[in-house]
Amino acid sequence: MTNTSKKQFQISDLFRSQLMIPVIAILILTIFNLIIGPSFFNIRLDHNNLGNAVLSGNLITILDNGSELAILAIGMTLVTAASGGQDISVGATIAIAGSAILKILCGSDPHPETMQAPIIAAFFVGVIAAMLCGAFNGILVAYFRIQPMVATLILFTAGRSIAAWINNNELPIIKDAEFGYFGGFIPGIAVPTPFLIAVVCVAIIFLVMKFTNLGLYTQSVGINENAARLIGLNPVLIKFLTFVILGVCVAVCGLIKVSRISSINYSVIAKDIEMDAILAVALGGNALSGGKFNMAASILGAYVIQYLTTTLYRMKVPADALPAYKAVVVIVLVVLSAPTVREFFSKMGRKTRSSRREAA
Amino acid sequence: MKEHAVLEMKNIHKSFPGVRALQAVDFCLCEGEIHALMGENGAGKSTLIKVITGVYEKDEGEVYLAGHQGPVAIHSPQDAQRLGISTVYQEITLCPNLSVAENMFIGRGQGAGLNWKKMNADTDRILQSLDIPAKAAQQLGSCSLAVQQMIAIARAVDMECKVLILDEPTSSLDEQEVQKLFRLMRDLKQKGVGIIFVTHFLDQVYEVCDKITVLRDGKLVGEYAIKDLPRVQLVAKMLGKEMDDLSDIKGENGSSDASSAENVYEAEGLQSNAGIKPFNFHIRKGEVNGFTGLLGSGRSECVRAIFGADRVLRGKVKKNGKEVKIHKPIDAMKNGIAYLPEDRKRDGIIGDLSVRENIILALQNLKGFFKPFSKAQTYRFAEEYIRLLDIKTASADTPIKSLSGGNQQKVIVARWLLANPDYLILDEPTRGIDVGTKVDIQKLVLKLASEGKSVTFISSETDEMLRTCSRLVVMRDRQVVGELSGEDLTQNKIMSTIAGGEAKS
Amino acid sequence: MNKKVLATLMSAAVLAACSTVMVNAEDGLIKVGIINNDPNESGYRTANDADLQKMFCEENGYDAEFAYSLKNDEQIAAAQKFIQDEVDYLLLSAADTAGWEGVLQDAQDAGVSVILFDRTIDAPEDLYVASIVSDMALEGTTAIDWLSSQGLDEYNIIHIQGVMGSAAQQGRTAAVDSFAEEENVNIVTQQTAEWNAEKAQQIVQSVIDSGESFNVIYAENDDMAKGAVAALDKANISHGVDGDVIVMGFDCNKWALEELLAGNWNYDGQCNPFQASYIDEIIKKLEAGEEIDEKVVIMEEKGFDATQITQEDVDTYGI
Repeated sequence: MTNTSKKQFQISDLFRSQLMIPVIAILILTIFNLIIGPSFFNIRLDHNNLGNAVLSGNLITILDNGSELAILAIGMTLVTAASGGQDISVGATIAIAGSAILKILCGSDPHPETMQAPIIAAFFVGVIAAMLCGAFNGILVAYFRIQPMVATLILFTAGRSIAAWINNNELPIIKDAEFGYFGGFIPGIAVPTPFLIAVVCVAIIFLVMKFTNLGLYTQSVGINENAARLIGLNPVLIKFLTFVILGVCVAVCGLIKVSRISSINYSVIAKDIEMDAILAVALGGNALSGGKFNMAASILGAYVIQYLTTTLYRMKVPADALPAYKAVVVIVLVVLSAPTVREFFSKMGRKTRSSRREAA
Repeated sequence: MKEHAVLEMKNIHKSFPGVRALQAVDFCLCEGEIHALMGENGAGKSTLIKVITGVYEKDEGEVYLAGHQGPVAIHSPQDAQRLGISTVYQEITLCPNLSVAENMFIGRGQGAGLNWKKMNADTDRILQSLDIPAKAAQQLGSCSLAVQQMIAIARAVDMECKVLILDEPTSSLDEQEVQKLFRLMRDLKQKGVGIIFVTHFLDQVYEVCDKITVLRDGKLVGEYAIKDLPRVQLVAKMLGKEMDDLSDIKGENGSSDASSAENVYEAEGLQSNAGIKPFNFHIRKGEVNGFTGLLGSGRSECVRAIFGADRVLRGKVKKNGKEVKIHKPIDAMKNGIAYLPEDRKRDGIIGDLSVRENIILALQNLKGFFKPFSKAQTYRFAEEYIRLLDIKTASADTPIKSLSGGNQQKVIVARWLLANPDYLILDEPTRGIDVGTKVDIQKLVLKLASEGKSVTFISSETDEMLRTCSRLVVMRDRQVVGELSGEDLTQNKIMSTIAGGEAKS
Repeated sequence: MNKKVLATLMSAAVLAACSTVMVNAEDGLIKVGIINNDPNESGYRTANDADLQKMFCEENGYDAEFAYSLKNDEQIAAAQKFIQDEVDYLLLSAADTAGWEGVLQDAQDAGVSVILFDRTIDAPEDLYVASIVSDMALEGTTAIDWLSSQGLDEYNIIHIQGVMGSAAQQGRTAAVDSFAEEENVNIVTQQTAEWNAEKAQQIVQSVIDSGESFNVIYAENDDMAKGAVAALDKANISHGVDGDVIVMGFDCNKWALEELLAGNWNYDGQCNPFQASYIDEIIKKLEAGEEIDEKVVIMEEKGFDATQITQEDVDTYGI
């Protein structure tokens, strides 16, 4: 007897879902912060120095500063799923995209009084630049079949120098307040713009996954490339596409990051963000070796990482020890999300359920 | 424990979510006995083996081993190995990137110090004594699948097991290799080793086994001595019903003489980069043809070239009389050709995806990137084919990798049927499948032909092909050497054509 | 085959990206190997590197090779390479104060003269011939002296640090730590933003959200001060001259001095990047066989007060 109709939605399904891992992480962090002092969660509506209404509070900080990572997690999840490897050049390519944007806006003078071009044009150029980087990585991985981490090592090493070269090693600064809207606040909107941008990106990717076969094809290629090819898919094209999509995500992150400071610092911008992006994908319970993935879990994972950082700042953990604390928490979370541990818990769950049934 | 028994299992129960894999199964293996374990798809054979070898934990029941007081606990494959139970699985579970010698001795607790010279010398000795064509220092991956299989068996043998389990060991072996294996098994029998032989090949069972245990739907049907159980009765017990007379199925579906119909597919001088010589091929509407030849003669390579699965180097191809370009699978699919690959694990199933997703994938590709099926529609498709092909699965959402081999195969067949091709290529569709499903698939092939579809059917069991095909292309050493039809479709004629008798082009 | 060719090309590309122009030694030119931090690390570093590049060129009689890294072990490896290349002088601005004894010993054995610039290291003095450094600790005390001269009743300081372990961070932090021993001085939080404006903003934001009061932000470089100010602006907390919070930075970037001029910040500590001329003088003296007057040259550096800074100062000292 096979049950071919849609399964009834059960709470136990939710528990077994990948989404549970970042959700449990959030719960743990929330309980922890509640114990230390619930004032952590206060949200206030204030006015900033320009007289605009802005929301502030630790939760807002998390949503604000975690946005770039969430956007990056979208692209990194797809790349990981299709190629079974990670792109470690994202920090450097963010620098390239940001540098390109600033170059268009500044023109020949690094400290112009007004912007030399509309922001939309600059952003467009940034997207092209980032997509070219993505295409470069994509060709190496998809066509030449080089391991992703090795292929992306090139841009990881050379990217920031390229970014600096774009602007002749100078530090461009934009004085227009308008440009700062993307990394800060749009006058009249109290919610931080990066979060709004992240929401838009998440909405776009979910629409794309719903109205195209991107999810299905990416997973098929990642799980069994041979079989996928014999069903008519083009694994080279699909892997390439995931890298280009990551390029678009990189461009958006680049815009937000340079907009935050209306300037750029080539060696410091988005430093180590690639590690956090990979971590977000892993915290979402996705296998780093590729295959099936859950996009929502990765995005949530990105916010978990930011949540953790904000919590550690709040606890005034000494600067030297901060990386160690972060590492410990991450190890615990990743171990808890490992298949062996989850099996153990689900076995326990089954045992208690069956004993309850017997007792009934 | 029974006298002379090396292994006795009593009242074994094992369940998985939604499936009772084993219920109250008993099994007894005696010293120096070759004991066949038989049953249909999902009968529980694999599960029973995995319980014996410690891969699964039984829910209830006891296992007794000779030389141990009371029931033994087997919690892991290492436990089983320690207790003298060795297994050789259907799919090679060795490491292709290591050498033969390393594979022989891996995981056998040699301690920190390795004496390479001794290891290599011992391995060469074992390989020679069993007449296996390989060298100790050779990389395992460079040996053919058949030789790898034999090395796996040699490893088990060398560990001086008391119970040797062979799970479908002959699937990838040719005649000579099967005989070598049987010689090995008889040697071991003399030494007092108990052998459990799981297979679908009836001929082989009757050639070498002493006893048969039959399982059906997770329950024990019975244990019989070989001489007490004629073939027909064995099959009947496995299926739980009287067997159709297989030779009549062709008659049921009417004559498949389609000589007057036009060519659905034609190829001239087709050559791929897989190493076969350029060949010509054609198939008519409603015709069933087959490719036959020894293992490695290039049958799969030919059909892969037709489908565009390998890189096509040259050749003119016509579909329904019109010239077309088929250079990759999607081209073939758009022209109404479907291909069920030989190695379903490597080329067929997308393991982590659900049954339903595996079924709709081919049709989905034809539909396009921007037109996904709604979830409801995918459920409907899945339901239809689960019912039609009687696929045993807990639900349409179960990951395909947790289905048994035969049911996985049915899902792949469903996938291609859903795509509604004009021309369906089935490469070894019945390998590793129980008798009942084999018959179902052969009947399906004939039904498709009667509906006007063309089918190419490849099988290493020539009587299957004889039952279904009206024309056979014979291959030897990677080229087409002949074509047989009509009265020439007999085992003898096939064998002589393969061997190099008169060739009829 | 394809893969191997590509791998070789890739390795070449990586090497090309990491290393710098290889110039063959020509006779008559003084060969120098210059190891510096990443020129993009900050405005200071860019100016410092530009200054060195301008000074050490062929026209001035030098055959110079440059190596850049923010990582100490990479710098040590570059030093080894320069020693092998038989440079006459090794110029070094170390990423980290520790770990240099071994390679400096090798340099001395090979007859290479070592000159430190910009930052000091933990090593016996006899291993280098001269050092032209900023006394980071002095930069710190200059700043703290200015702060305590502001005469506040109490000091609640948000201390934003640079990359932990770097000489700049150690010097500038030391001053704060000793200041904090005084009764009316309280360090509200002490975190590293690793020279990053964004992280600095998050740190200050965290304090604002916790509701603790503060009246000083001591940021160990201008970028981090900028990030801190962004957080203040968002919370509409006034700062600078006539503001509630005192803002202090380091490096004297031109844009930062302009913030002082505009009254948005209160203090900026100078970190003089122009060491090249000092080094050139020393090398010329040594080549001529003369003795150098002082082994350790501390560069003159001062701090700028927003209430006293002039446009001329901005133009002269801003980097």
